[in-house]
Amino acid sequence: MAWVWFHRFGSPPHFYRLAGRLTPWFAWPAALLCLAGLIGGLGMAPADYQQGDGFRIVYVHAPAAWLSLMVYVVMAGTAAVGLVWRMNVAYAVAASCAAIGASFTVVALVTGMLWGRPMWGTYWEWDPRLTSELLLLFLYLGYMGLRNSIDDVGRADRASALLAIVGVVNVPIIHYSVIWWNSLHQAPSVMKFGRPTMPASMFVPLLLMLAGFTAYFVALLLTRARGEVLRRERNAHWIAEALGQGPGCKV
Amino acid sequence: MLKFLQMGGYAVYLWPSYALTAAVVALNIYWARRSLHGAQAEARRRLATLKAAS
Repeated sequence: MAWVWFHRFGSPPHFYRLAGRLTPWFAWPAALLCLAGLIGGLGMAPADYQQGDGFRIVYVHAPAAWLSLMVYVVMAGTAAVGLVWRMNVAYAVAASCAAIGASFTVVALVTGMLWGRPMWGTYWEWDPRLTSELLLLFLYLGYMGLRNSIDDVGRADRASALLAIVGVVNVPIIHYSVIWWNSLHQAPSVMKFGRPTMPASMFVPLLLMLAGFTAYFVALLLTRARGEVLRRERNAHWIAEALGQGPGCKV
Repeated sequence: MLKFLQMGGYAVYLWPSYALTAAVVALNIYWARRSLHGAQAEARRRLATLKAAS
């Protein structure tokens, strides 16, 4: 049963249609979740006893940092699926991840710098967390650069998949860097076992923002991957069907 | 309102963070839509060529 689902998802026309139908189901909840998270985070959460109102940067910094890591794992995971099962749709999804992930890595780094300046007294420090996050940006840029430098799509897919998979080693390093090393960066307050270290009025808006950004990413990825799948397709029959021009298609 | 905008003296760090995030969120939506619409336009052209050839 699972395999039927897997193969159906791997079929480009099916993916194209399904992704198109699913996109609004992620886009609208994303907008609502982020709106609720912003109202809660900027308007209702109390100021932090140490960081005052400055802590509110967390409501954009943490979701961006979460996306930077999650997108990378999705990219490496789908690239691995593409490599193992030679699945074109999986490669298309992986290729669609890179620019999204890179842009949110930049957001995580810059909002982190803007947070660090008043709290640590410096924009940048070669600290394990900051350095490993910067390395993540270079991995994304390397992935995109490698794809751009190879004309043949199949070869670009395979080579960039290997790079993505090797680079996944950096993800746990980023996550655990604040625990393994003595870092300037504060310890995790969400992604950990046990109770959160924040009161609910601060924590709930953060969860809403994290959920909202995740849904937003799914909607973005589906949109981009549809374009990527269509660009790779050479079969006239299903292109016509996808564009609503095929025989027996509703226009 | 002014007190809200001042963010306890952190306005100069906080609002640029939010502005950058909002800009990247909006840009990603624009890029994704442009990429899909570009692929659809290209597919339409390719389809027309394929139909003309057959």
